[in-house]
Amino acid sequence: MDDFKNLEEISKKIRRNILIMLNKSGSGHSGGSLSIVDILVSLYFGGIMNYNAKNPNWEDRDRLVLSKGHACPALYATLAEAGYFDKELLWTLRKLGSPLQGHPDSKKLPGIEASTGSLGNGIAQAVGIALAAKVLKKKYKVFCIVGDGEMQEGLVYEALMAAGHYKLSNLIIIVDNNGLQIDGQVSDVMNVYPLKEKFEAFNFRVHEISGHVYNNIIDTLTTAKRNVISPTAVIARTVKGMGVSFMANRVEYHGVAPTDEELKKALEELK
Amino acid sequence: MEKKATREAYGKALVDIGKNELVVALDADLSGSTKSADFKKVYPNRFFNMGIAESNMVDVAAGMALSGLKPYASSFAVFVTGRAFEPIRQSICYPNLHVVLCGSHSGISVGEDGGSHQAIVDISLMRSLPNMKVIVPADYKETYAAVKASLDMEGPVYIRTSRAKSPVFTNSDNFELGKAQILKEGQDATIIACGMMSYLALEAAELLKKDNINLEVINSASVKPLDEDTVYNSAKKTGRVFTVEEHSIIDGLGSAVCEFLSEHHPVFVHKIGMEDVFGESGTKDDLFCKFGFTKEAVAQRIKDKLNG
Repeated sequence: MDDFKNLEEISKKIRRNILIMLNKSGSGHSGGSLSIVDILVSLYFGGIMNYNAKNPNWEDRDRLVLSKGHACPALYATLAEAGYFDKELLWTLRKLGSPLQGHPDSKKLPGIEASTGSLGNGIAQAVGIALAAKVLKKKYKVFCIVGDGEMQEGLVYEALMAAGHYKLSNLIIIVDNNGLQIDGQVSDVMNVYPLKEKFEAFNFRVHEISGHVYNNIIDTLTTAKRNVISPTAVIARTVKGMGVSFMANRVEYHGVAPTDEELKKALEELK
Repeated sequence: MEKKATREAYGKALVDIGKNELVVALDADLSGSTKSADFKKVYPNRFFNMGIAESNMVDVAAGMALSGLKPYASSFAVFVTGRAFEPIRQSICYPNLHVVLCGSHSGISVGEDGGSHQAIVDISLMRSLPNMKVIVPADYKETYAAVKASLDMEGPVYIRTSRAKSPVFTNSDNFELGKAQILKEGQDATIIACGMMSYLALEAAELLKKDNINLEVINSASVKPLDEDTVYNSAKKTGRVFTVEEHSIIDGLGSAVCEFLSEHHPVFVHKIGMEDVFGESGTKDDLFCKFGFTKEAVAQRIKDKLNG
């Protein structure tokens, strides 16, 4: 339990940094960044991913592809916390010349495995990275976070088909199932549910969990890493805007940054 | 003269560069046609059929490149550049990954399959993307050399091949990106061509000798980057330029030549190609007749323009 207490502290720090960076940049995606923080903290600080922040290109490292690239403030804050780069860089988000681009750019920032943002392309690249491990006889795992709204992109299903076909047991897809997208509720805009059955139809092993309960996330991802038969999908039920009361489950905060006033209130809540 | 399809050279070169264990080949259910199946026969463990899903194939190739492999992904030109345009833009060109794409069955010479399957805007699509290199080899020999050379190029590369057999006439043992070859020297006008149109340009130039028109003929397989020096020097010498390509006259080789010359040495340029229309079903020869890709038609057009 002490460990989880520690993870909770880290997640608060990351959430605070996300809100500060978004406020400083004046634009960016608040809601979807906050919803994946506990997943990222589990991956990077919960003993799930093997990585070396001082040697980001270490060839045996586990990879994380953030297919829902618009949530990159959460990844940037996590990578900074993990020691990939100086935290001061966080405050340059979206500014001219910054390696912290509006959507992740693998050429500009250490720790970014793939350039993503145009939805559906990240998950398909993750399939390629997982398939490459088979050619190169590497044991690394590939984690990929997709949005539930992203599941509307047809390319996602091409990627799932290939992952199932090639039995990519080193691939673990995590769905950030916060139920909201820019134009409203995912089920209203274009219903993607049921998700579980869709993954199963492509020969994935599927777990449904809460995306904010550490022992749940860590146990499931540990199990997923042991799967040698099939790719794994973890459908993580999350709350968009998690951690900030007035942003939680509010679609209005999908693509906007907090104002100075909102930042003050939010930081108070995340003390 | 020996005739061979450029797609055959893709398969052969792929097998030869396959000695490098980092080379992997991907196809989207057309491996027998694109000739990537030749690679599969020799290196089955490094060949990946991605099914009829071109977008995913290109993203998977990007992921493989990110992991240190050297992916070659092929399909019909119309599909690999059209259906997969978005992954090419986002996942290959934007991060400047070394992925080689091969579009076979390009142009109208694919023939009977008809207008839906004839790639006439693929050069345009690929040329518009930052970091992308565009190679349209003139014959079997040049294709083989280009595919071999592509292994050591940087960033994304698009190589365009054809279904139909065409004369093997170049001496291209080594392919150099950004280098054109002067196939024939002349002083009255210049023809710049690519793909199987380069040989047609030579034949048209031969015909025009009878009219005392002495054309310079340039094979510009490297559409991007363009060999600016060769284009500049020839335009300066002859003062009039024609381009011939089995592609739309919008945004292909002709446009690349115009963009360069209009700024550096403005001269008369006339583009010969598909004139903003789609093709249709028919044999290659019938289609070439209908759309003006015969030596007689090209020669006549050049003569008319030079006399007009």
